[in-house]
Amino acid sequence: MYLLAYFAVGLLFGLGLIASGMANPAKVLGFLDLAGPWDPSLALVMAGAIAVGVVGFAIAARRTHSWLGLSMRLPSNRTVDRRLLAGGLLFGAGWGLAGFCPGPALVALGAGYWQAGVFVASMLVGMVVYEAAESFGALRTLKPS
Amino acid sequence: MQIDWAQFTPWAALAGGVLIGLASVAFALGLGRIAGISGIVAGLLRPQKGDFGWRIAFVGGLLAAPLIYSLATPLPALRIDAGVPLLVAAGLLVGIGTRYGSGCTSGHGVCGLSRFSPRSLAATLAFMAAGFTIVFLTRHVFS
Repeated sequence: MYLLAYFAVGLLFGLGLIASGMANPAKVLGFLDLAGPWDPSLALVMAGAIAVGVVGFAIAARRTHSWLGLSMRLPSNRTVDRRLLAGGLLFGAGWGLAGFCPGPALVALGAGYWQAGVFVASMLVGMVVYEAAESFGALRTLKPS
Repeated sequence: MQIDWAQFTPWAALAGGVLIGLASVAFALGLGRIAGISGIVAGLLRPQKGDFGWRIAFVGGLLAAPLIYSLATPLPALRIDAGVPLLVAAGLLVGIGTRYGSGCTSGHGVCGLSRFSPRSLAATLAFMAAGFTIVFLTRHVFS
């Protein structure tokens, strides 16, 4: 069963979010507030994660199968397009409004904060809205004009 | 710019970042996938056979983290200032934005940047810029 491995990795990720302070929206907003008293902590979280990541992903890039024998499913798309940038801007706007991105919101939900529940439920609705808009768009392009 | 030394926690931030990096690397090396949390969650909404259990297991790990953490040391209190309307608006934007942009802080910000992906760099710059702008507007212009 691989499921235990997925659980363990999710757990480790969550512990990192708590230990780093990034599960706390007030701290995230303290980083995003450049004009106020600025808390640079988030930059160091990224630096710590990327320092480990650069080494680990360089090793992963040379493998055809994972340690547990699963095939590697790392994305290969490198094109920057308008969808990507527009999506990034929308996501960043939502991130700045409440100080939650998906991982920390799930951790805060696990810690029992009802506000995280409201955020996660709305995020799921947003994802469903996207799926619906995409299928509607696909239908329209299929229709003969 | 003025640094908030009272709130700045460099060592905890670095240590937590290293844990996040280790989790992302373990995910890629051990299981062959990118630890992109928004993508993993979105996949739960269109369940397909053989593509559901691992997502639930990973999300379960994230949800269980506070409990496990609190067994070792008291869980730090979180401060969430946003009220319900703001949380709903923020959640909708994050849900829609991460799908259009194919990722969030974990997939693009940590994994993508570690892989020197131009796509992830562009996405990270976009969401950081939007985050800085919105916080500037809400705290210093329309406060």
